[in-house]
Amino acid sequence: MTKRKVISVIVENQPGVLARISGLFSGRGFNIESLAVGETEDVTTSRMTIVANGDDLVLEQILKQLNKLIDVIKVTDMSEESHVEVDLALIKVEIKDPAHKSDIMTTVGIFRARILDVTSDVFLIEVTGSEDKVNAFIELMKQHGIREMVRTGTIAMTRTKIQK
Amino acid sequence: MRGSKILLESLKKEGVDTIFGYPGGQALPIFDELYNEKAIKVYLVRHEQGAAHAADGYSRSTGKTGVCLATSGPGATNLVTGIATAYMDSIPMVALTGQVPTSLIGNDAFQESDMTGITRPIVKHNYLVKDVKDLAQIIKNAFYIANTGRPGPVLIDLPKDVMLAEADYVYPATPNLRGYKPNTEANKNQIKKAAEMIEKAERPILYVGGGVMLANACDEMVKLAEKINVPVTTTLMAIGAIPSAHVLNVGMLGMHGTRYANYAMQESDLIIAVGARFDDRVTGKVADFAPHADIIHIDIDPTAIGKIIRVDLPIVADSKSALRDLLSAVKKLEHKEWLLQVEEWKKEYPLKYIDSDKEIKPQYVLEKISQLAKEDTIITTEVGQHQMWAAQFLSFTKPRTFLTSGGLGTMGYGFPAAIGAQVANPGKLVIDIAGDGSIQMNIQELATAVKYNIPVKVAILNNGYLGMVRQWQELFFGGRYSSSDIESSVDFVKLAEAYGAKGILIEKKEDVEKALKTAFAHKGPVLMDFRISREENVWPMVPAGAGLGNMITEGLA
Repeated sequence: MTKRKVISVIVENQPGVLARISGLFSGRGFNIESLAVGETEDVTTSRMTIVANGDDLVLEQILKQLNKLIDVIKVTDMSEESHVEVDLALIKVEIKDPAHKSDIMTTVGIFRARILDVTSDVFLIEVTGSEDKVNAFIELMKQHGIREMVRTGTIAMTRTKIQK
Repeated sequence: MRGSKILLESLKKEGVDTIFGYPGGQALPIFDELYNEKAIKVYLVRHEQGAAHAADGYSRSTGKTGVCLATSGPGATNLVTGIATAYMDSIPMVALTGQVPTSLIGNDAFQESDMTGITRPIVKHNYLVKDVKDLAQIIKNAFYIANTGRPGPVLIDLPKDVMLAEADYVYPATPNLRGYKPNTEANKNQIKKAAEMIEKAERPILYVGGGVMLANACDEMVKLAEKINVPVTTTLMAIGAIPSAHVLNVGMLGMHGTRYANYAMQESDLIIAVGARFDDRVTGKVADFAPHADIIHIDIDPTAIGKIIRVDLPIVADSKSALRDLLSAVKKLEHKEWLLQVEEWKKEYPLKYIDSDKEIKPQYVLEKISQLAKEDTIITTEVGQHQMWAAQFLSFTKPRTFLTSGGLGTMGYGFPAAIGAQVANPGKLVIDIAGDGSIQMNIQELATAVKYNIPVKVAILNNGYLGMVRQWQELFFGGRYSSSDIESSVDFVKLAEAYGAKGILIEKKEDVEKALKTAFAHKGPVLMDFRISREENVWPMVPAGAGLGNMITEGLA
């Protein structure tokens, strides 16, 4: 059965590391849904958030193979822990009829999205949240027409346990 | 100190005294430094692939990390097959490549190729040295990575300007690798559970792979087998881990394994896999593999466990320490009935061939080699029918005496690997068992063998075919021998002589023994051209995709 896993990978902040990770996925035929990468609080490391699909055997291999890479410092299976996921999308939504404007703006309000730019025929909207929420927003915008879209891919962080 | 000098000083700190290499423009500063270096001997090969395989053979026969060196671009890409060969069989190797100066990297400069990019999927790790200040630490890291954990090749790409730049030289005492901590000790609870499973099992079998060889754990493995009285089957990579004649040894398993090894696997109720990886050539059809067996899998590489077969008890550890722990955790056991059954299979289905007086059978040549060679003789092979016959019909008594490309299956491996092994073991007899196809893939290394008087013996089992291809075409492609007939392609005796080596042609069975004796007594390299029966097949065989128990032995019934 195919499952979805969110994996956080702390890697050495060095050239070529992204290629090692992406090469691992392509070379071994693993499915990758999204990969987001950026610096962390420690400039010598980067953090990648990878969303991958597969059955149990494949997902276990993905975790092990990531761990095996020399430049990988730590692999965390977010699915095993309480965590927060955020995805961000920028969407250009077409305003085919000025009468649609208020409908779009209402939806933007409900989703706590933001309008970043507007012209006579296009809204540029930023929406953040879980992948599901962003997907839902995109579905609603499709009826108006999406001219262009970009997504960051999921980033995630574990929740800190409250000390009692 | 200059970068090239730092390189050599660091290599010496790692105990390197032998390099197999080939020079070129961007590697000139390194070779210039080597010119004055007394403590490192450079063997100049005739093709960079030969350098990589020689470093590999050097490593497999000793356990030390092999080192090869090539220039940038084509020199470096010629190493690739050798690096991939080492990677698939987990052989510790450090490959050094020249690179264009850092200012030119990415410009498609003359003889530039992105070596860290090209080799990424076939190395354990690789480095591009951009600053001479990092060089010593990178070398420290590279050797540590190559020869710890699950060993493997590491490539270091060395731009020319870095080799010419100056820096202070201090060799670091330790590697700085926060992401790499190989786990060598087995979990105590897992060992206890393993011991319980072993004690409960009625038909256990030890399935031993190359990891046992790499960990120098053959003694521990044999001791465990003897204490718990179980049959031992080895993969191609573990031949020699237990003496061929040992009463518990059931030989190689898998596609061309013995029937009794495969039957023992299929009928077992517990497989103790050590340093083996359930390769498709071993398991046959996975769904039909060992249906009654629980599996304990000991491996230093967690990714090897549960990759192909679901495992009941994983033990991530160095096989030497795991076997040692297991040996003291288990009771002495007998498995009289089980061993009797295995013995019956051995008697009923021995490895055999139909000998002939009219033509030379390859198996006969191999049996003669085993009779005439000394115990510590090192055998290398190329890849194909001859390789499987060698695995089946040669006998071994010691680890690290059978060197063959198992994972990648590289034709052209055996001869340069034999050269590397001979360099590392000057007193021993080193024989490359070859086919007439494979030997031509690195035949140029005859020049290397002659130049340094490296007295390897090459036994070509010459059937005028790419034999394994032909066998598959006969069995599975209606006998259409497409591009596999290479008869009369070369006069090997003249070829040997052209290089300054000795060549012997053997066309009659009665000349086999004499030729071998002559070759073994000869002080230099010898090429023996055994004209064997043309269409001999390797039996038994599990057809690709069939279950391990479904072996065919056409023509031998």
